[in-house]
Amino acid sequence: MAAGSTYTPIATTTLGSAQSSITFSSFSGYTDLVLVNNSTCTINTQVIGCQYNNDTGTNYSKIYLLADGSTAFSGGNINENYAVGGEAYNTLNTNIHYFFNYANTTTYKTAIVRSNNAGNRVGAWVNLWRNTAAITTIKIFPLSGSFDTGSTFTLYGIAAA
Amino acid sequence: MPILGVIASAITGNLVTTAYESIATVSVGSGGAADVTFSSIPATFTHLQIRYIVKNEFSGGASNYLEGQLNSDTGNNYAAHALFGTGASVTATGSSSRNTIRVGIVTSTYATPSGFSAGVIDILDYANTNKYTTIRGLGGYDSNNVNTEPGYVGLFSSLWQNTNAVTSIKLFNGNTSYELTEYSHFALYGIKGA
Repeated sequence: MAAGSTYTPIATTTLGSAQSSITFSSFSGYTDLVLVNNSTCTINTQVIGCQYNNDTGTNYSKIYLLADGSTAFSGGNINENYAVGGEAYNTLNTNIHYFFNYANTTTYKTAIVRSNNAGNRVGAWVNLWRNTAAITTIKIFPLSGSFDTGSTFTLYGIAAA
Repeated sequence: MPILGVIASAITGNLVTTAYESIATVSVGSGGAADVTFSSIPATFTHLQIRYIVKNEFSGGASNYLEGQLNSDTGNNYAAHALFGTGASVTATGSSSRNTIRVGIVTSTYATPSGFSAGVIDILDYANTNKYTTIRGLGGYDSNNVNTEPGYVGLFSSLWQNTNAVTSIKLFNGNTSYELTEYSHFALYGIKGA
């Protein structure tokens, strides 16, 4: 059975004032989620953390690939208490965060992020959440400072046939 | 060794003609599958996108590329390049004459017993018969360093040196000795132009 038209906007937030975190919930009925974040941060050069289902335990790990205009480099972290949702600067940065098969209850969850900041660097992250639960809430936050006024966040749902 | 497939044209009558539409989905069942094939893809979209999670059954080692062929073309008519990070270093690879596209990474049962690789594949202007077809991928996996196989994240680009419209896409583990495992999941979408 085809799902037909999809890539449905679920929620959009435009900040009217600086805010330390954004949380999305109530997104059932899809196969994948995409979170598009165009933001600035009150403190320059911040990693954006991401936690699922209010899990603050050390159940996340990641690998990244970054290039800063002269060098490409890769690294990673294991047993962290957040996934990475991209980067934030004091100039506009775009992060597109892909959540795959987020509602299945059989596998750990893998998410991928692409981040772009024209004045700084470009990158990609892959995150693992070692939990088989369906993702029911997504919280993103700069590790320091706040998302600045005017930052936008849109969550889309994609259904499969 | 079952081979899973979906006849996409069989379900197009159910599709709503808007910008981003689900065409077909394949989920690998118990016992695994040698490959996943989307066939009879209608030429009514401008671009195609595949979103997936995948793992191979290899219990003794690391990952392989996610590879594929278009329209059952098994000749050396493809080119492929990749840029990826391993968590410790950056690697770039490429070849201009090969018999498969490379569109992502397939983790193994050894590296991620409970996790999967994931990614997005774009097949751009797939129905245009005036130019070769370009395919790009974004994908990877992280294992939390299980069995000292931390993972990969990468960008992939392939070229099919043929001007035919793409009507079928076959995807498989780069090392064909190892099948795709249960719960691997591929969803094909069509994206309309104006």
